[in-house]
Amino acid sequence: MSGVRVLVGTRKGAFVLTSDGKRKNWKVDGPHFAGWEIYHVKGSPVDPERLYASQTSGWFGQVFQRSDDGGKTWEAVGNQFAYDGVPGTHQWYDGTQHPWEFKRVWHLEPSLTDPDIIFAGVEDAALFRSADGGRSWQELAGLRGHASGPHWQPGAGGMCLHTILLDPKNPKRIFIAISAAGAFRSDDAGETWRPINRGLKSQGIPDENAEVGHCVHRLAMHPTRPGVLFMQKHWDVMRSDDAGDSWREVSGNLPTDFGFPIDVHAHEPETVYVVPIKSDSEHYPPDAKLRVYRSRTGGNEWEALTDGLPQSDCYVNVLRDAMAVDSLDSCGVYFGTTGGQVYASSDAGDHWAPIVRDLPAVLSIEVQTLR
Amino acid sequence: MIRIVLPAHLRTLARVAEEVEISVEGPVTQRSVLDALEASYPVLRGTIRGHTTQQRRPFVRFFACEQDLSHDPPDSPLPDAVVKGDEPFMVVGAMAGG
Repeated sequence: MSGVRVLVGTRKGAFVLTSDGKRKNWKVDGPHFAGWEIYHVKGSPVDPERLYASQTSGWFGQVFQRSDDGGKTWEAVGNQFAYDGVPGTHQWYDGTQHPWEFKRVWHLEPSLTDPDIIFAGVEDAALFRSADGGRSWQELAGLRGHASGPHWQPGAGGMCLHTILLDPKNPKRIFIAISAAGAFRSDDAGETWRPINRGLKSQGIPDENAEVGHCVHRLAMHPTRPGVLFMQKHWDVMRSDDAGDSWREVSGNLPTDFGFPIDVHAHEPETVYVVPIKSDSEHYPPDAKLRVYRSRTGGNEWEALTDGLPQSDCYVNVLRDAMAVDSLDSCGVYFGTTGGQVYASSDAGDHWAPIVRDLPAVLSIEVQTLR
Repeated sequence: MIRIVLPAHLRTLARVAEEVEISVEGPVTQRSVLDALEASYPVLRGTIRGHTTQQRRPFVRFFACEQDLSHDPPDSPLPDAVVKGDEPFMVVGAMAGG
């Protein structure tokens, strides 16, 4: 019997939503870690019962949780994220140099082959790796040590490493993205890195074609075609067909090309989803209509998906980590809003229904397909 | 025994009741009390003071005997009433927000 498990991180705890393969009736379990900000919960693709969660608090800092039974019980494991060597400085909002300071884990990416190996993207931007199931963490310092590091600067949400993509066909290749530094790629398992931002144009920085400084909001890839990347940038939806060496804009007929999440259909590598947001100063859907846009052509030509979504008086946002897809035969698409709704479509976006409507603001969504 | 009162989120994290009791070797100070607390409950490491700096986190306060001890040096002796167990050493999550 197949089913899905939706892992929801919110401002006030984590929730686990489960259903069978029909995805009509849901069980809502939570909150786990009530009252804490849960930036991300993600399961191992090797062992779906192994889950990891980033639990944070402005008062009590970072806690890192692990479950070995699919989220029924949890164990706090290692929460020490120490930058390698002397941390150095990066650019601050006022142009001065500011010491790197660990604040929280934004994003978790479990290994594709080993449930005990996991990567963590943190604020201030750095990449950490654990090889013992989260008990201890080591920085992959070549990223932060890149020559451009002192020029990186925080976006409004902080200088976060929010996206980690592991190449299923090349275990040495990792993509990451940082707001507001841009996208980077390693071809040696994280030892060395290079910016992959050629083709991005960002009007909010002094040189709109700069090598770094772009506010990349999210990257997505289809596992069968890891050389093709999609990007939701601060403004602009972008595509690369050469593993990030160059990018071209594919915003096409979107009503606005500002937004946060982007994802790819589980079975159709050219089918891409975004949620347009009005602007960087008005973080809600244009015309107060919550619409997912789908392109079946890898960008440029987009259609609005509205059936079951509020089409009036809607002023929620969808954050960068708050969209995911399942891999059942009819691909399911899920997203969560800052208003606490989690919407699901079991038919690739044609029809939507809320799983739950009144959670705390949703920070992240992940989906596990259980077989 | 030293009595320590923890804020709700840390009690949940450490899976303890509102007040815990620990024994402290040598002088009873903020540092020795927190060292002993973290030795008994390793999950609390990093939540009250920084891992490497060992400095109190900004939104955490230390109270005892109706005094705010947050800004006292970490090696200053704690009040006798705390040493004797008559009064608890309180770890407090500062009020914030509105």
